[in-house]
Amino acid sequence: MASILVYAELSGGKVTGTSLELLTRARDLGDVYAVALGSGAKAAATILGKHGAKVVHVNEDAAFDDYIAEPATDALAGLYEQQKPDLILFGFTPDSREVAGRLAARLGVGLISNASDVAAKDGGFIARVPYFGGAKVASMKANATPAIVLVRPKSFEASESGGTAEVKDLAVTVQDGSKRAHIVDRVVEASEKVKLEDARVVISGGRGMGGPQNFPLLEDLAGALGGAVGASRAVVDAGWVPYSMQVGQTGKSVRPGVYIAVGISGAMQHTVGMKTSKVIIAINKDAEAPIMKMADLGVVGDALKIVPALTAAVKAKKNG
Amino acid sequence: MKIVVTVKQVPDPNSTLSLEADNSISREKEVVLDPGDECGVEEGLQLKEAHGGEVVLVSMGPERAKDAIRKGLSMGADRAVLVTDPALAGADALTTAKVLAAAIKQEQPDLVICATESYDGSTGMVPPMLAELLGFPQLTFAKKVEVDGSTLKVHRQTADGYQIVEAATPALVSVTAAIAEPRYASLKGIMAARSKEIKQVGLSDLGVEKGEPAESIEGVTDAESRKAGEVIEDDGRAVDRIVQVLASAKVI
Repeated sequence: MASILVYAELSGGKVTGTSLELLTRARDLGDVYAVALGSGAKAAATILGKHGAKVVHVNEDAAFDDYIAEPATDALAGLYEQQKPDLILFGFTPDSREVAGRLAARLGVGLISNASDVAAKDGGFIARVPYFGGAKVASMKANATPAIVLVRPKSFEASESGGTAEVKDLAVTVQDGSKRAHIVDRVVEASEKVKLEDARVVISGGRGMGGPQNFPLLEDLAGALGGAVGASRAVVDAGWVPYSMQVGQTGKSVRPGVYIAVGISGAMQHTVGMKTSKVIIAINKDAEAPIMKMADLGVVGDALKIVPALTAAVKAKKNG
Repeated sequence: MKIVVTVKQVPDPNSTLSLEADNSISREKEVVLDPGDECGVEEGLQLKEAHGGEVVLVSMGPERAKDAIRKGLSMGADRAVLVTDPALAGADALTTAKVLAAAIKQEQPDLVICATESYDGSTGMVPPMLAELLGFPQLTFAKKVEVDGSTLKVHRQTADGYQIVEAATPALVSVTAAIAEPRYASLKGIMAARSKEIKQVGLSDLGVEKGEPAESIEGVTDAESRKAGEVIEDDGRAVDRIVQVLASAKVI
């Protein structure tokens, strides 16, 4: 049976949702174990076990929290030599991809990045990767040993399998030479009431919002629906809202119950990050916008009038 | 300080992409300097203007990639190195990183600037691989870079804000589009670029051998597309319809 190592990313001492999604998929492909590094690693083993990890290798050295990529690369390279997994899975997230890239270069093997699925085939692994700006999907066979695949967040729904992981201390001595890119401070900009990635309703604004001064209309609607506000790359690049709100290929991937795209044309760069939402509602003045061709409900009209009216109607319904 | 900026020629984002018979993305169409790399060049130029030194562009691609490199030179970069070799067609991220690392080592830079990911490949893997192969620390997703002597300080974008990350040079920085608005090349810059050096080297000059690609494309299919649903003109009642849809999705 194939052995699969999942890199469980910790953020603020907690396991990321993406890590659990990876475990959920990996347990169908072979024997799964995980590695968790940094503060909270030991406690994380419980939830990792519930999602299918049979063993969790842990090390709580603070260097994993405080230095970019290099200490984790040292730990993973050591673990690889011990365990020789057939497949190593990472989330395609900023922190994980840096470790994956360094590890692949150190092991001298390539990797498959930005995958939307991974499956076993003919004793090896095959990944599906958005291709051609997202219009197509390529099936890519992993040629290297180990196969290293980075999977986009929200590609699967995480579910528990009810297991318990054996916790093993991973012996790593982080060399001073790996303590270089030092995270000296963390600044929180987005006062996210509901996390964009976890929200059951996401309301995203694009150029059709007219300017940053109109984004509070979306905040109001999000408040009424208990949702979060996202944005297209165009308005992030224009400096209207912070990057943390960007949904799309180079931003966040979301799959909420309802996605409301307001004044967003629906460029592939954006839709690749939201097209697995259960229900998509688009509000746009252009009936020919690409977003209208993928929305369950497309409303052609003036977003600046419709959004406040919708907020009022939602509030009225909740109170009624 | 000596700054290397990695640059790549990509299909024009405003043109329609097409596939070759072997399922690789066609490079025969309109090509431009990767928009992300323009931001990298701009940041390199700003750091040079503030701290002195030299900006060298390093690229891998076919000979016609010189057009994209000229764009960077016309913005103000000093010179360029292009690694071009027929064997490199369709190279994967690791091979690309190996080639770039070999070319960059010859330059012995204090700082290497990359875009976070290319417009066409979007794997985002070359910067960390390159940092590893060069033996440099990586300061990634930077939206701001400050240099103080041999210390670098970057603002690294995160999901909910940014981190302040420090390291000593030599180091690799990957930058996001938020780092700097690329300047337009002036006429003077365009004229000057014509006489700037683009040193062309092959794989044998670098002593790099092309390995087996990490992946092979077995097939390409159309992405699952969602079907268009109901489209209505807002005649004043659209809000009621939206509320119905929200209710049936059980979010209100």
